[in-house]
Parts: sequence; structure tokens; C-alpha cells
Amino acid sequence: MLDDMDRRLLRYWQADPSLTPGELADHCNMTPGKAARRIARMQEDGVLQGVSAVIDWAALGYTVEVSLRITLDKTQSSAFDDFLTQARTVPEVTEIQTFLGRVDVRLNVIARDMTHYQQVYRAGILTLPHIADIEALMQVARIKAQEALPL
Amino acid sequence: MIDLDTTDRDILRALSRDASQSASALGRRFGLSQPATWRRIRRLEEAGVIRGRRLRLDAEKLGFGVTVFLGIKLATKGRVSLEDFERAVSAIPEVQTVEHVLGLYDYRLRVVARDLPDFERVLRRRIMTLPGAGEVEANVLLSEERLAGPI
Repeated sequence: MLDDMDRRLLRYWQADPSLTPGELADHCNMTPGKAARRIARMQEDGVLQGVSAVIDWAALGYTVEVSLRITLDKTQSSAFDDFLTQARTVPEVTEIQTFLGRVDVRLNVIARDMTHYQQVYRAGILTLPHIADIEALMQVARIKAQEALPL
Repeated sequence: MIDLDTTDRDILRALSRDASQSASALGRRFGLSQPATWRRIRRLEEAGVIRGRRLRLDAEKLGFGVTVFLGIKLATKGRVSLEDFERAVSAIPEVQTVEHVLGLYDYRLRVVARDLPDFERVLRRRIMTLPGAGEVEANVLLSEERLAGPI
């Protein structure tokens, strides 16, 4: 299980994921070897799955970001599987979440502009199977985006 | 806006999957020298295409068994300061992301908690008491996948 030192490592690393292992060890007052061993162990245990580069789609010209909240027609037993399989093939879909609640699935969709969004929505989204209802939330601003865990 | 060629796209896709790969390892994979790869990564960072890096942690293994997506409507639009609301909501450690959105709700939140009772505590003591918070809808996350997007 994790101890306080592990949590401390993760806390610092989460706050600045671009830190090198050496810098990280420095911040935590650990020797680089000790820090590296702890990191390796957390990777083995699957606690730490990796580090990903976060893409700013707006910098690539995708200025529209919409959260689509979808309710599925659950009278079809394969509704979730059919829907998810096909949703994965839409390139503009960047995230898929499923829920317990009023909403069944959420798709995060990006587009270059509103005209492009309309095309994606009509050709890629509305044609997905078993949709009972869709609501859209259009992103105005990202206020907090780190996605850190409160360790 | 930055123009990307096929190699840039390959590098970007590889880094969004695993940002810990070295420039030389990536270069070998895509037939580039280490300095050439490094220059390309640098350019992606400087253009803001790579917004940063994110640690992928297994929330459940770290004791956060529940993730909830919240939609929040402000109760008294016009009379509450958005800045006050945003500052207060961003300061809650369990709140991982905050987005200002247009549509059925005004804000979209991603919240983690140890379990459902812990979530209820965060919701009642910290979120419902925010300045201006009105109607709240909660959907409990069951599964999540992140896709490569239109690179």
C-alpha cells in the first residue's frame, strides 16, 4: 500500500508533471534512487499508469468544444455496446463516459467552427444508433483543468 | 495557427499516449535524428499544441472510488459574480475540473470522492454552499475512455 512518502511524490508530480525524476526527488527530499524505486513500484502496482501529453485542440484550430449528454433507448439490449462501438469511430469525439444517473453517455466533441460542428453533429452524431435524447453543453471557458486527485 | 505534417502528428499521438518517451526513442520509431525529434517536440510545445502533461493515476487504487460529473445552474444570474463562484469552486480539492458552459447548466464539474457518503459530504458542505449555486444534477461515472482525436 502507499505510504506518506509515495503520496508526497505523487502530489508534487501531479502539481508539475513535467518534473524530471531527479527534480522530483529533490522536491521531496529524497535521493534520486529512492524516488525512482518508489515510482517503479507504483507503476508495477498500477497506481501510476503513465504520463500523457495534453493536447490543446484550440491551438490546432479546433475552437469549438461541446459536451453531448445522451440518453439511450434501453429497450434495446445491445444499445450501449452498439452506440459505443460506433461513437469510437467518429474522429471528433475525444472522450466517452458512461454514467449511472439521468444521463447514460457523455461524448466530448471538438470542431473547427460552428459550421464544422453542425456537419459533425448531423453526419457523425445523429446517425449513432439507439439515441433517445441529446442535450448539448457548449464550453465557454475552462476554469480548472488539472484533473489532480486530492492526495 | 501551426501546420502539422504527418511526422508531427505521429509524434503528437505518441506523446499523448506516453509522454515519458525520450526524443531519441521517438526519433528511432519515426526515422528521425534525436535533435530533429527534439526540435519538433519543442515546436509543438511553443505553439501551445501540447498544453502540458498529465499524470494518469488509478483513482480507485488511490482510494477515490467515486467520480461524479455535476451540472450546476446558478440560482440568481446577474446578481452573483461569476468570478466569486469560479474562485470558490476551483478551491475545492475534490473538484478536478470546472468548465463554464452554455446550455441547460452554467458549469460542468468533475468531482472525486472516497465513496458515496464522502461524495454526499462534499456536495452538501462544499458545493451546495457555493455563492450562487442553484440546481445541481449529478451523474456517477461508470466508465471512461479517452480517444486520440482528429490528429
